[in-house]
Amino acid sequence: MTDLLRYVGQAVFYAVVVLGIGYFSQRPIYEHIPPDKAQILLSFSHGGARVEACRRLSAEEIARLPPGQRRPNTCSRRRLPIRVQLVLDETVIFDQVLEPGGLAGDSPAHAYEKFLVPTGRHRLLVRLEDRGRTDRFAYESELVVDLRPRQNLPIDFKADKGGFIFYL
Amino acid sequence: MNALRRSLRLVFETAQNALGRIFPDAWNPLLNLGALGFFFYWVVTVSGIYVYAFFDTGAAQAFGSVETMTNEQWFHAGLMRSLHRYASDGLVVVMLLHLLREFANDRYRGARSFSWLTGVPVLVLVYVAGITGYWLVWDKLAQYVAIVTSEWLDKAGIFGQPIARNFLSPEHLSDRFFTLMVFMHIAVPLIALLILWVHLQRITKPRINPPRGLAVGTLLSLLVLSLVWPATSQGPADLLEVPADIGLDWFYLPLYPLFETLPGPVTWGSSIALLVMFLAIPWLPPMRRASPARVDLVNCNGCARCFADCPYSAITMVARSDGRPFEREAQVNASLCVACGICAGACPTATPFRRATPLHPGIDLPDLPLAAIRERLHAASARLTERPRIIVFGCGNGVPLSGLDSPGVGVVQLACSGHLPPSFIDYVLSRDLAEGVVLTGCAENDCHNRFGISWTEQRIAGERDPYLRQRVPRERLRTLWAGTLGRHRLEALLETFAAELSRLPSLAEERARRRRELAEAGDD
Repeated sequence: MTDLLRYVGQAVFYAVVVLGIGYFSQRPIYEHIPPDKAQILLSFSHGGARVEACRRLSAEEIARLPPGQRRPNTCSRRRLPIRVQLVLDETVIFDQVLEPGGLAGDSPAHAYEKFLVPTGRHRLLVRLEDRGRTDRFAYESELVVDLRPRQNLPIDFKADKGGFIFYL
Repeated sequence: MNALRRSLRLVFETAQNALGRIFPDAWNPLLNLGALGFFFYWVVTVSGIYVYAFFDTGAAQAFGSVETMTNEQWFHAGLMRSLHRYASDGLVVVMLLHLLREFANDRYRGARSFSWLTGVPVLVLVYVAGITGYWLVWDKLAQYVAIVTSEWLDKAGIFGQPIARNFLSPEHLSDRFFTLMVFMHIAVPLIALLILWVHLQRITKPRINPPRGLAVGTLLSLLVLSLVWPATSQGPADLLEVPADIGLDWFYLPLYPLFETLPGPVTWGSSIALLVMFLAIPWLPPMRRASPARVDLVNCNGCARCFADCPYSAITMVARSDGRPFEREAQVNASLCVACGICAGACPTATPFRRATPLHPGIDLPDLPLAAIRERLHAASARLTERPRIIVFGCGNGVPLSGLDSPGVGVVQLACSGHLPPSFIDYVLSRDLAEGVVLTGCAENDCHNRFGISWTEQRIAGERDPYLRQRVPRERLRTLWAGTLGRHRLEALLETFAAELSRLPSLAEERARRRRELAEAGDD
């Protein structure tokens, strides 16, 4: 093989390699979500009520505690599970009881759920019960929304801000 | 495992031979994968430092600053951004090829398991560095990468609050997370570099720079790619919109669609299983561990040639322990020795001419001692009935030698071409064991034991101790470095070499002529 042919061969090799690198660094395109779908993303961190209410300690109980740990009240650490429900156009698409986090069950319960739904007008109802009752929900919010193709609708929950928050 | 390794080796050697036709031997990209990895690392580092000078960290500023680089400062910062992207892709390519090639060539077990073991974390860290880099641009791809990564981490169930909540809505996005990503994108490659340094500790004279020609060619082609097809962003991230059609970097993110859709136990389980398997590969059957080289102090004079030639730093020179009047003695670290025999080939006491005393060099391989090689040489020579007689010395990792024996050709197998002391060549010709000698082994620049070919050639050329004596007629010696696919080349060489040897005067005539010349020189 002549030197010229070798140089041409090298140029072709480099061209093929860099074209491969250039192409696969951004192609083929990956379709992450179909064009006729939108996403509802329900996510929050919230602690349910305590399993037992705080109780006032008697004078004897306080006296039995080491001097550095004496306090007027005792509170159980464990929290109640939370029930969450998401209703889309009269259909319940999510209904789950979330256990509290942490080894002692004393941390907030977490939710992170995604739902792919058809685009268009929808009625959303989202409910949360954090006091252990089975016949009712402590929080409830409703939203009528026209979901665009590939829209992401996050729903958060903050008890100190009154309940569910929709980000539109 | 053996079949997989052999198939892979065939693929690599075929590609290597094809590239050998267009590249000079030293420039062959497949023979420089490790060095190319370092080269890409440095290109990524330099271009990264440059880009960082123009980059605004922060959720609101990152995308804009990258867009300015790409569109308004395309001729410097944009170019550097593209180089940064493409060189990091190149790094992944050569790193994976390097790993596969070392596996195919069986250079990952025994003493070499250390290099394998330290290479695996580098692979993981390069991926972490790349993924955090994509995050920083904060375009739609970054949004996808950030969400899928954090959701995947959350599936491990070890974090209190879901990390993915940081990307729930624009209100949840924090600059602190970006600062953490910038820190990781800088710190992780530095940790990788530190481990790379450890990765190279058990080999001597590691090649961490590619030949200049290959480096120039690689850099130029990356520059052309960056100018012709610059790296661009994919629109600003918007947490109120799901990234739809994404141009994934398939070098770094090929598993992301799976991570996103498969359940956590599957993705985490298979990731951990894959990592454990990679780490365990050197210890999977079939095991192979030859006995390490052994020093014979009676014959070791502490000359340190074995120390200088060992490719794996397995030999150290320590204070003399036997009271003999030498300053030092060689000591073999068995855990580093791969039993290539290069040390025995370097030992000045390893001369087959010794007949009065047994052939016990200062250092030798217990499984294939030089005394056994000399016996095999005699046996091979005795079987030769057709002139010209040729002795082929070959290693077990290069040109296949089985079935090569013929009435005119005798084969003696070595651990490595560097295992043969040059005095053996002199011995063959001066003791009339054959009319010609052929040394063969791995492909040029691809010695299984790194320096077997180089040291052999330097010994023959008289550039490295122990030298091949001047009196050895070089026209009776041929070398062929052709690898496992070189059998046809060896057969062709043997044919032409035999024809050339037939035209030469006999060895007895040559010796008589040399004696006459010496006598005449003495008279003068």
